[in-house]
Amino acid sequence: MKVSISINDEKVSREIEPRQLLVHFIRDTEGLTGTHWGCDTSNCGACVVHMDGKPVKSCTILAAMCEGHEIHTVESLEVDGQLDPVQQGFHEQHALQCGFCTPGMMMTARALLNENPDPTDHEIRTAISGGICRCTGYMNIVSAIRWAAEHEAAAAKQEV
Amino acid sequence: MQTPASFEYERATSVDGVIASLKKRGSGARVIAGGHSLLPMMKLRLANPEHLIDINDLVELAYIREQGDEIRIGALTRHVDLLNSELLAERFPLFRDAEQVIADPVVRNRGTIGGSLCQADAAEDLSSVCSAVKAKVVIRSADGERVVGMEDFHVGPYMTAVSDGELLTEIRLPLRPGAGSAHEKVERRAGDWAIVAASAAVWVDGGSIVDAGLALSAVGLTTIHVTRAEELLRGKAPSDELFAQAGEIAAADCSPSADGRGPVDYKRHLADVLTQRALRRAVAGALHQEAGR
Repeated sequence: MKVSISINDEKVSREIEPRQLLVHFIRDTEGLTGTHWGCDTSNCGACVVHMDGKPVKSCTILAAMCEGHEIHTVESLEVDGQLDPVQQGFHEQHALQCGFCTPGMMMTARALLNENPDPTDHEIRTAISGGICRCTGYMNIVSAIRWAAEHEAAAAKQEV
Repeated sequence: MQTPASFEYERATSVDGVIASLKKRGSGARVIAGGHSLLPMMKLRLANPEHLIDINDLVELAYIREQGDEIRIGALTRHVDLLNSELLAERFPLFRDAEQVIADPVVRNRGTIGGSLCQADAAEDLSSVCSAVKAKVVIRSADGERVVGMEDFHVGPYMTAVSDGELLTEIRLPLRPGAGSAHEKVERRAGDWAIVAASAAVWVDGGSIVDAGLALSAVGLTTIHVTRAEELLRGKAPSDELFAQAGEIAAADCSPSADGRGPVDYKRHLADVLTQRALRRAVAGALHQEAGR
């Protein structure tokens, strides 16, 4: 069957099998390997992307279901060489070691800050509770998201 | 790599279209909404539909509204919207209790109430929530609509009153004065299935319990309706002794199995304690509401 999906603001039309999962469409058909494919059971959160602005687990959505929808992957965070504050925060706060959970964590964090620019640590922990990190642990991830929130607030203030 | 077996995919454009397609395809067809229960089952080949009908475009099935003496919830309403609904939080606070601990926020962006109920996993929270508040569900087919109470909805493990050719379209929650409700869950880690969960609803008048609903998750082959405890509570003045008796009945009337989440006696203990906690909070809410009237 044919699907047309907007991925990172670029509309693509592809012939796919109805059973293809969104995560494999993104990685194998489109070659965007930043999105990771982990547990395959919607538990680990490594595959989180944005669908119409909301974080979703791409291992548990069929690509066919995304026809006419907008998908954004971790590759959309950096714009013209400028890292997103969430990416910068992960760098500054050492929020990754192996990096496997990182794309999902960052996309979840980005969605949180879009909705709630000044989350409490509890709100951050709740937001990322659908993601599993097996090496760094969560302290530095929470710090990274806090870092991003604070730097975005400071940048917004400067613009005014 | 887990991939579902092959199937035909259909994007539904109307409820009537879904029903016509379901009728035509019979038992080979399945409806997909959020897909967070069905797709994992399909990956494990526990579900192998030949024909999948995607109803995500049917926005007319996504709503929470008060209509007459009921709250009506469309089957396509997602967990995130149940969690954020002020109407539900005010009328049936157990929904918010439950939604805070159903899976995780990312999964809640996709999963729906209709999908949760139709999956009929005995460990799922919304089935016991809807049972406690004595919800009715609307099931539509080519022959029209029928309304089924939660007591008749759970037919067996992963089996409901929804037959081939039928679609669950709406959940109706009867509104009665003096209502209070609460959901209590113990889980091993954030977002996990319940080890045990208890849903309680009470309706009070003049300080006495006129009616009660009590249901348990994860302690039997289906959602457990603790009707003996409901009978005990009816007509009584609430007290800790009464809640303790109800808890004892809940522990006795469920049938948990030992598994990685714990042994049988531990689960019975949880059924007892969580029933008491849920009842205590439900009654406090009901008395508060009655005082405010």
